Amino acid sequence: MSTQIEREEMEFDVVIVGGGPAGLSAAIRLRQLMPEATICLVEKGSEIGAHIVSGAVIEPRALSELFPDWQERGAPLKTPVTEEKVLFLTEKRGFAIPFIDKLMPAMANHGNYVVSLGEVCRWLGAQAEEMGVEIYPGFAAAEPYIEDGRLCGVITGDMGVTREGEQGPNFAPGMILRAKQTILTEGVRGSISQRVMKQFNLRQGVDPQTYGLGIKEVWEIPAEKHKPGFVQHSFGWPMDDGTYGGAWLYHFGENLVSYGFVTGLDYSNTWLSPFQEMQRLKTHPEFAKHLEGGRRLIYGARALSEGGFQSLPRLSFPGGVLAGDSAGFLNMPKIKGTHTAMKSGTLAAEAVAEALGGEGPCEATSYTRRFKSSWLFKELFEARNVRPAFARWGNRLGALYAGIDSLIFRGRAPWTLHFRHTDHEALKPAEQCKPITYPKPDGTLTFDLTSSVFLSGTNHEEDQPVHLKLRDPSTWLPVNWGIFRSPESRYCPAGVYEALEENSTMRLQINAQNCVHCKTCDIKDPTQNIDWCVPEGAGGPNYPVGM
Amino acid sequence: MKIVVPVKRVVDYNIKPRVKADNSGVDTQGVKMSMNPFDEIAVEEAVRLREKGAASEIVVVTIGVAEAQPVLRTAMAMGADRAILVQTDAELEPLAVAKLLKAIVDRENPGLVIMGKQAIDDDMNATGQILAARLNWPQGTFASSVAVEDGRITVVREADGGLETVRLALPAVVTTDLRLNEPRYATMPNIMKAKKKPLETIAADTLGVDITPRLETIKVVEPPVRQAGIKVSSVAELVGKLRDEAKVI
Amino acid sequence: MTTLALIEAEGAAIKKASLSAVAAARHFGAVDVLLIGAEGAQEAAKIEGITRVLHADSTPHLAECIAALIADRAKDYDHIVSAATAYGKNTLPRVAGLLDVQPITEVVEIIDADTFVRPIYAGSALSTVRSRDAIKVLTVRNANFEAATLGDASAPIEAVSAAVEVPDAAYVGIELTHSDRPELESARVVISGGRGLKDAANFKLLEPVADKLGAAIGASRAAVDAGFAPNEMQVGQTGKIVAPDLYIAVGLSGAIQHLAGMKDSRVIVAINMDPEAPIFSVADYGLVGDLFEVLPQLKAELGA
Repeated sequence: MSTQIEREEMEFDVVIVGGGPAGLSAAIRLRQLMPEATICLVEKGSEIGAHIVSGAVIEPRALSELFPDWQERGAPLKTPVTEEKVLFLTEKRGFAIPFIDKLMPAMANHGNYVVSLGEVCRWLGAQAEEMGVEIYPGFAAAEPYIEDGRLCGVITGDMGVTREGEQGPNFAPGMILRAKQTILTEGVRGSISQRVMKQFNLRQGVDPQTYGLGIKEVWEIPAEKHKPGFVQHSFGWPMDDGTYGGAWLYHFGENLVSYGFVTGLDYSNTWLSPFQEMQRLKTHPEFAKHLEGGRRLIYGARALSEGGFQSLPRLSFPGGVLAGDSAGFLNMPKIKGTHTAMKSGTLAAEAVAEALGGEGPCEATSYTRRFKSSWLFKELFEARNVRPAFARWGNRLGALYAGIDSLIFRGRAPWTLHFRHTDHEALKPAEQCKPITYPKPDGTLTFDLTSSVFLSGTNHEEDQPVHLKLRDPSTWLPVNWGIFRSPESRYCPAGVYEALEENSTMRLQINAQNCVHCKTCDIKDPTQNIDWCVPEGAGGPNYPVGM
Repeated sequence: MKIVVPVKRVVDYNIKPRVKADNSGVDTQGVKMSMNPFDEIAVEEAVRLREKGAASEIVVVTIGVAEAQPVLRTAMAMGADRAILVQTDAELEPLAVAKLLKAIVDRENPGLVIMGKQAIDDDMNATGQILAARLNWPQGTFASSVAVEDGRITVVREADGGLETVRLALPAVVTTDLRLNEPRYATMPNIMKAKKKPLETIAADTLGVDITPRLETIKVVEPPVRQAGIKVSSVAELVGKLRDEAKVI
Repeated sequence: MTTLALIEAEGAAIKKASLSAVAAARHFGAVDVLLIGAEGAQEAAKIEGITRVLHADSTPHLAECIAALIADRAKDYDHIVSAATAYGKNTLPRVAGLLDVQPITEVVEIIDADTFVRPIYAGSALSTVRSRDAIKVLTVRNANFEAATLGDASAPIEAVSAAVEVPDAAYVGIELTHSDRPELESARVVISGGRGLKDAANFKLLEPVADKLGAAIGASRAAVDAGFAPNEMQVGQTGKIVAPDLYIAVGLSGAIQHLAGMKDSRVIVAINMDPEAPIFSVADYGLVGDLFEVLPQLKAELGA
């Protein structure tokens, strides 16, 4: 972005970046504590909820704390969990895990609700607006605004820049949104959060973050098959023992089924395609029997943070705080991040309110203290050894460890397992990996990538600079192609990257318009050479309610 | 001169519409809605006319549910001065919309009505023409450029096979085509200002207009999936088929 | 009762789209055709299956005047039909407005005298509607109705004129598009290239074939993304939606975004190296082959 552009400024007490559960909870809590505070929330999606992808079974705990009367207020938590199953899968069969409550207490979902998280976010957004929060969907925070070593807000993206980087006829320069405190709730791998963590050295002394890629579809199934509140999780097939991954299938709403698959991005086999794994699991009898006769409505994907407790960065810094998945609050053994995001947003808001009440610019340092004395800390602490156990010992032994950890130690084992490497370091060269042959799509249960991306409603204004760039374009051919055979063409769930043969050499084609903003390329590129810049506001997927 | 710009809230153009399982229509529940793209062009053109000094006030009007208000706010953030919501939960056809708009036009007395040539939901392409008929005003449909001078408006229209120019006495109705302009972005300060601009709500049933539907929707289905045809083995065979079988060349 | 079909002439010839509209009108019974302008009445009289030609030779080509003329005579008709051309789409809704009826535009199928099928949401759905109006005003898509033929018939020609006052509108003129190539959206034939063309220079290989066919040239999003063709040539969900009589897809895989923009074409031809390319699943005629060999052959074959 050019620095010569004259930018208008707007000033607020608090700017919140990202309208997911964390950001909206923070906004609401702030207005509850400081009804006069000016709060501006920017969201890069075309509307609140447009970029939200989640299972989603949610625990209502954090919501009840924020709005004890959420039921009277009409929160869209309409499908209570009625029946649950955890399956270990072999290629043809599924074995139900008994006594979920005891062996896998994290997976027990009694009292929880199957929701559309997009719908919940829209509802939270409406509550926040009613309380006086100014919400601006379609505006992307493109850069942190740093003055004198302090985050003083954000700069929104320029609109109407042409593909060549020139100012087009409807050019509208981005603005400086100045704030006393900035709350970063961008979700996983937020571009501003990443820069702020680097600038203020927030990851010093903590484990590297590890991620998963969740890919999801929503199906409409025949009414006679629909069991509202039925919740199924699985692990095992089609993942091998060394690759972390699992699936969910929830019945909710009006004959809707949410199906999805999470692949741990610390996978090592460069031939693996999370999309194909997600597709082929639908042919397993335990999944096919739910989906057969139905039609697929929606497709989406988003990375999630799996590191949990050990990977949490310092939460506050001069001028701002990190909350939700921007910090990495997801509870992986529970595969739930909504209640943790909401709680962290609430705690962040309380700390920010305290800081705003003080004299002059200061840091919301009480956030860490508030976190440590909350149930959120206890929950993440107790879950801390499960995901690293899977990373270390594989799925079967990892699951066994998880069972022992919860049965005997109840999460309070006197040791902490650590993550030893980042996800992109885990990838092995193609010649050391066993190629995987995936079945062809059958057009009824399984589909190809392009028709899938079509169902995400993804679009970007065409005449804008490509928002996915190679920091060093010369690296791709010898490294990405030469060593790894273009893993990006397999891990990208939106078909953005294609390795093409041209004049008998290989070239990387980047179809940036397809991007669903999942951030996997930013995470998994073996040399961290892909720079995910924020595209023009309102671009990206348009997930409807039901996602 | 005052300009009235009717705008419609429709399913966002990025959303793939989904036919309801019972074939009663297209599912709009919870789907992202936004201003009809042709109407955005109309708002932009009205703002440009005001910027050129040809207009003094821009009034945007929408007809529909209370949830249509954000569309009016967007239009005001683009530059419209005030807004009217003619509120009704009824499903409206272009004829009924035109009659309600006529009631608003009779009240506002604009010198020009400029609106999208069609809404991207029902694709009817009729409201502007019907409104012009009922007002007994001239019409300049499918405009790709407009100029106002001496009480007349010159409209270049996207006609079959070329551009047609008509000169209309004002007041007139103009409907916009895609090439007319590229709408501006609503900026944050303008969105903020738009929140304070006046928005008047009028109940549709107070306008004394018969809005009874004339069409009954029997069913809405997805179009049949195209079947694969045949493979030909040579260019000669292909051209032969196109010429003699398909008769398209 | 009788149907009135508004038809258009180009010079002395009747437009093909109008002949399709007459064919559609014949579903309802007897047909009168109305022709505006000095030329074409003799040709119109030859249309098979019509009762008479109403010829308004002095009425200007303005929707205001034509609509007033039609509305004035509408009591004699139960259906008023035209082609869904810019001309028809400009005029007939105005007629409907004058008659206080809800027009039904872009009809693709006639079920019975009151019931019609029309696409909505850019063809993503087909809606069947039944009209309660006494007079039905419709525009029809010519691709869906086989054109009426001209024969030895000689229907009587009757001069008509508007006796009503119309609003002040003046027709200044029409400037036919000077581009040698038709507009993508209105072209009868479209030839589109995809990434199989390999670079921008090769994209020009489409031109000689397009010249032979009088076709517009389109491109897939992939080709546009790769910089082979400018954005305004993009056919697809995010580009232009086209429905020509003939669509030729060259070196184009058929991504769903692209299919969404051309699937309503009457005849689709696919030329691709890859026999598995999804474009073949929608093509009426598929040719598996190297486009760099096929295109010159096609040009030669068309020239013959």
